[in-house]
Amino acid sequence: MDQFVFAAEVVLNGLMTGVMYALVALGFVLIFKASGVFNYAQGVLALFAAMTLVSIQNGQVPFAHLINAALGTQIHHFGWTVPAALAIALTALVMVGLAFLIEKLVLQHLVGQEPIILFMATIGLAYFLEGLGDVMWGADIKTLDVGLPQGISDGIEAATAQWFGYGFFIDRLDLWATLIAVLLVAALVAFAQYTKQGRAMRAVADDHQAALSVGISLRFIWVMVWSIAGFVALVAGIMWGTKSGVQFSLSLIALKALPVLMLGGFTSIPGAIVGGLIIGVGEKLFEFTIGPMVGGATETWFAYVLALIFLVFRPQGLFGERIIERV
Amino acid sequence: MKLTFPALVAAAVMAAGPVLADLVVPNLSYRTGPYGANGTQYADGFNDYFTLLNERDGGIGGQIVQVPECETAYNTEKGVECYEATKDTGALIYNPLSTGITYQLIPKVAVDKKVLYTPGYGRTSAKNGRVFEWVFNAPANYWDGASVAVKYLLDQNEGSLEGKTIALVYHNSAYGKEPIRTLQELGEKHGFSLTELPVEAPGQEQKSQWLQIRREQPDYVIMYGWGVMNQVAIQEAANIRFPMENFIGIWWAGSEIDVQPAGAAADGYKSLTFNGVGMDYPLYDDLQTHVIDPGKASQGGQHVGSAVYSRGMYAAVVIAEAIRTAQEMAGTAEITPEQLRDGFENLSITPERLEEIGLPDFGPEIAMSCENHGGSGMARLQQWDATAGQWTLITEFTEPDQEVLSALIEEDSAAYAAEAGITPRDC
Repeated sequence: MDQFVFAAEVVLNGLMTGVMYALVALGFVLIFKASGVFNYAQGVLALFAAMTLVSIQNGQVPFAHLINAALGTQIHHFGWTVPAALAIALTALVMVGLAFLIEKLVLQHLVGQEPIILFMATIGLAYFLEGLGDVMWGADIKTLDVGLPQGISDGIEAATAQWFGYGFFIDRLDLWATLIAVLLVAALVAFAQYTKQGRAMRAVADDHQAALSVGISLRFIWVMVWSIAGFVALVAGIMWGTKSGVQFSLSLIALKALPVLMLGGFTSIPGAIVGGLIIGVGEKLFEFTIGPMVGGATETWFAYVLALIFLVFRPQGLFGERIIERV
Repeated sequence: MKLTFPALVAAAVMAAGPVLADLVVPNLSYRTGPYGANGTQYADGFNDYFTLLNERDGGIGGQIVQVPECETAYNTEKGVECYEATKDTGALIYNPLSTGITYQLIPKVAVDKKVLYTPGYGRTSAKNGRVFEWVFNAPANYWDGASVAVKYLLDQNEGSLEGKTIALVYHNSAYGKEPIRTLQELGEKHGFSLTELPVEAPGQEQKSQWLQIRREQPDYVIMYGWGVMNQVAIQEAANIRFPMENFIGIWWAGSEIDVQPAGAAADGYKSLTFNGVGMDYPLYDDLQTHVIDPGKASQGGQHVGSAVYSRGMYAAVVIAEAIRTAQEMAGTAEITPEQLRDGFENLSITPERLEEIGLPDFGPEIAMSCENHGGSGMARLQQWDATAGQWTLITEFTEPDQEVLSALIEEDSAAYAAEAGITPRDC
């Protein structure tokens, strides 16, 4: 009985962790769906967005080291702090500006190139943004606090203790992440289905040439999609950064999204969510049941094994578009 | 005159490289990558102490110390590249702040005859100078840390850990696995049981490990972490309401940046340390006058006084004292790596000497020999005060359980000697 109850707690936590993975995976899906580009820089976008957010909140002067080195000054802060909501809005604007610059300076010059070329460009972009973030905001770990609660949910602990005789641990931050992910997915689906820009985005995703022929601006769509992906990256950065502080390692959360994408499909928003949930539950249950027999630390590799098993049966992922090629 | 390309390259290298008469101490640092936040602070402390000696004293024994930096990003391959790129510039000694890089450099320094100094990290059994002629790891190593932590817990439990459970949360790497054998041996000796919980690098996700801790309720948690693993572990411990006073990190999990992201919830967390904390030492007055005020501090002096900065500075202090000893023994200021090795083997840093340096009680007494390259292994505990935002030292320097550790070091170094075909020196 105990093991069953513990397993139930592990499953619930796996679902919550899966939502956190899905938040990262969503950004990949958006860009891939609209442009066929696998955006290697998505993890770095999350890092850059979170760094920008916390620095705006704290009133940090951008490029302070460069300014101080050049002018011999000692300025690091403006001396003010910015409320979280305003800082998030300003960061979202920065991400829109970044999307515009990426389109203008990188993507525009690569129109019509093979997807692998665009992929390589995003690798370069990732390294550039890593360096830019460091130079702009410094390499120190920054504490991020946008008012999200953390720690065990007393209500769930008390309720499950009453039902099962063992109080489950559920992190309040994970509950918030779930709620935000649901709202985000609903908003994205509504945007894609019911707005003119959303329909244009879907048209571009279906067929670039056909979309261009009816007057849809590919450049506008790309800026819009990268802006939305930047906003999704900001949300992922907030969730992960609240737990660990904002630091370089945030960019590595992209590694957690890869098996989610392989499993859910690169072109499906619901696929990213379902994929995240399956990976989250799968890796946590495997660690709980088999981990102790093999020395633990199984989660990283097991997520990929799980994704590969699904790939054997559905190469396009659970929700990916079926690949039909006529010869 | 027609200059060939190789000649131009050689000229450029000579112009950019250190003047050969100087004392060259390359700083294999990492200011980028997942561990850059820690590496930056350590490198700053390391650089600033040598800058202080150069600015205030004209170097060591009248010789300027050159500290050329090479970025490793905590990547073993890059670390080896940095070593290869700098070893022929007159380099005396290396301190790469990475156990992975250290393992790769151990066979290389024996061939190239360079000193490798790995305070608080690297290969623990390098303490045996009969086998590891060129490697030094004083004042303490990973096994010392595990033993000092257990000794502290013994003190907290009136000398008995019988029936207690300790969970080891560790970075699933060569570094993190180091204390396992020691803790197993100490568990047998003192009657506690050990639960091993590896965390896959970098350690952003640790839900499984902390759910297990919550289920099994160990009495204590010892952590061997680095980088983001530390911040996440401390936050997860707070989330499950694990008592922070029962949570002890190794010194690499004991910096301000490890605890600050968790805010007030990290209050009471403890860690080991082998260096002092804070800026209440006379040396910082000199540092202010000669390094910070003139604008010569590394990174503008923004990390001065932090735990990791202090550790980098302490590493520089030990190296500087070894250079000074070597100069006295050799009767010349222009020493060779061989002479520096001899300096290390005759190094003695007494409490009086630390006071003269301006760092009273900053580190344990160090006395090394041909046989003992690891010093006494003494360490102490510090505790985080979240309200004040600072570490407080809560114990004196404590010696580890040499009875257990000596045998383990003998066994591991003998295995390395057999594997590498080394005949142990007579000391």
